[in-house]
Amino acid sequence: MEILILVILLALGYFFGQRAEKKHFKSIIAREKASLTCPTVTMKTPPPIHNHELNSKLVTGSVVISIDYFKKFVASLKMLFGGRVTQYESLLDRARREALLRMKEQAALNNAFVVMNTRVETSSISKNSKRRNSVGAVEVVAYGTAISLGKKIDA
Amino acid sequence: MLLTNLEQVPGKKIIQHFGLVQGNTIRAKHLGKDFLAGLKNIFGGELGAYTELLAESRQEATDRMVQQAQAMGANAIVNIRYSTSSVAQGAAELYAYGTAVKIDQ
Repeated sequence: MEILILVILLALGYFFGQRAEKKHFKSIIAREKASLTCPTVTMKTPPPIHNHELNSKLVTGSVVISIDYFKKFVASLKMLFGGRVTQYESLLDRARREALLRMKEQAALNNAFVVMNTRVETSSISKNSKRRNSVGAVEVVAYGTAISLGKKIDA
Repeated sequence: MLLTNLEQVPGKKIIQHFGLVQGNTIRAKHLGKDFLAGLKNIFGGELGAYTELLAESRQEATDRMVQQAQAMGANAIVNIRYSTSSVAQGAAELYAYGTAVKIDQ
């Protein structure tokens, strides 16, 4: 009976998880292409623009993404042997890119042309902290300063 | 109040420093939402309720930092940083800090 439940959970996780991830990556790639005009950089020095006033505003984007049951199961098996755990790699990749995109969306609302000093921070939210090595979900927050052009200055 | 995580405000001059300002908030998980999140743990994907909760809490921490800066008479906060830490099981602390300054408008 218990094995049956496990198999059902694994199958649900596999089908829905795989589908959700594919859909998510597709939307991430499309949105990344659309937002290429506003780069995010980690530099701190503002661009040397002297004929315009610069407006700056803090923008943030955050997301909490959970892993599916199938991947969690496979990852826990991999942890016995060590090595690369691709299951978690794609989870974190998705979360970071999504957070950055949400930050960029906010920047676009302010007509920004660049987001400076971008920082990305990750923290894990484990659903069940009794189990030591369970990465239930990750929270990623991305923040930076959106710079937009203000009034023109006559030199 | 102008918020930025750069060390200066582009195009503006900092005329006075007020020192560190900070804001924090600690949030615990909601039981009902946690149950739904547990279900989502099977299928995978975004936990919308948590995203919202954490974004809200982070905003609150920021608001507290801004209040502190306003009380000092600052009109901008530079070099803002966010950090998250878990203090107890099922509770997270969201912390925002920065330097309160006065810029000439």
